[in-house]
Amino acid sequence: MITYRQLFLKTFKISAVTFGGGYTIVPVMRDVFVNKDGLIQDDEMLNLIAIAQSAPGPIAVNTSILIGYKLKGLKGALITTFATILPPLIIISIISYFYVQFQNNPIIQAALLGMRGSISAIMGYAVFSMGRNTLKKQPIFSAALMIIVFLLGYFTTLPTIALIVASGITGLICFGWIKESLA
Amino acid sequence: MIYLELFWTFLQIGAFSFGGGYAVLPMIQKYVVQQQQWITLGELADITSISQMTPGPIAINAATFVGVKVAGVGGGIIATIGCVLPSFILLIFLAYYFFKHSNLNFIQNILKGLRPAIVSLIALAAISLTMTAFWTNPQANLLSSDNINHSGVVSAAISLIFLIKFKLDTIGVIAIGAIIGILISFI
Repeated sequence: MITYRQLFLKTFKISAVTFGGGYTIVPVMRDVFVNKDGLIQDDEMLNLIAIAQSAPGPIAVNTSILIGYKLKGLKGALITTFATILPPLIIISIISYFYVQFQNNPIIQAALLGMRGSISAIMGYAVFSMGRNTLKKQPIFSAALMIIVFLLGYFTTLPTIALIVASGITGLICFGWIKESLA
Repeated sequence: MIYLELFWTFLQIGAFSFGGGYAVLPMIQKYVVQQQQWITLGELADITSISQMTPGPIAINAATFVGVKVAGVGGGIIATIGCVLPSFILLIFLAYYFFKHSNLNFIQNILKGLRPAIVSLIALAAISLTMTAFWTNPQANLLSSDNINHSGVVSAAISLIFLIKFKLDTIGVIAIGAIIGILISFI
């Protein structure tokens, strides 16, 4: 179990160090809540990300709302939301007064380049282990869908939400009508 | 009432920016730059690049930046809350329904389709991030050594070792990346 205080501190820390937006925060959350603490199952984490995608707004905020709700109900969701928006709120409030200097500072630039390298390693490794876990169940179906979604996402400009809705429908058709024969 | 205007503007942006990330930019351009004229297009471009260097999603960063500029820190807080409120409410309903009915067959079937798709979407994001980490200009010649971003490649390699061999947590790995980046800039 996790206390409100721990939930706040963990989420705050994750939000404070995760740069670049988008999916970059997801592997870090997964590392903390799935790998380190074992509070959430890997499968369940992917479910949460899928739900997070189905609402408007940034995936980072949406995923932490759901993690908070999953672990501690409505109050947990309020805590994780607050903990997620607080670091950018503080940092941007400060930066907005002297953002030109910030943007051109060579040390900050150098640190950010290095951090970007680390984040790409973290994401690559997370994709590998999430992919391996996903392929354990319904391997043929999962592998085929993974490849198709990847290719569509890479070569077309289809919006993410369209790919997600289509994948959900594919799952519904394949397992609802054609049953587990694909498994 | 400037607080109310900020709140209402970012509430709309928060409610209609599906897809996350850069999907929010055209919304901000429409509501904040053109309608309210709180910031210029140039400032929007600045926020976008600052957003890459600071924690937090671009929508939150833009809300804070615009709010602070228009009405001080209080404005930043109001705009940011407005921005997350729609997805918060919607997600609580979705999560409530989902956790209550997650054992239903049809939801399980949908999720069987969603999980592999999410992995691929994260893989795509990882690739584009790696491109910008390893190359100064990912559109230019990738084999030219001038274009290769050495600190990005080195810190990615070292990070991978720390992740796999030493099971270091990701926050520690990101800190190591920052140190490597600064060290290499002095070489």
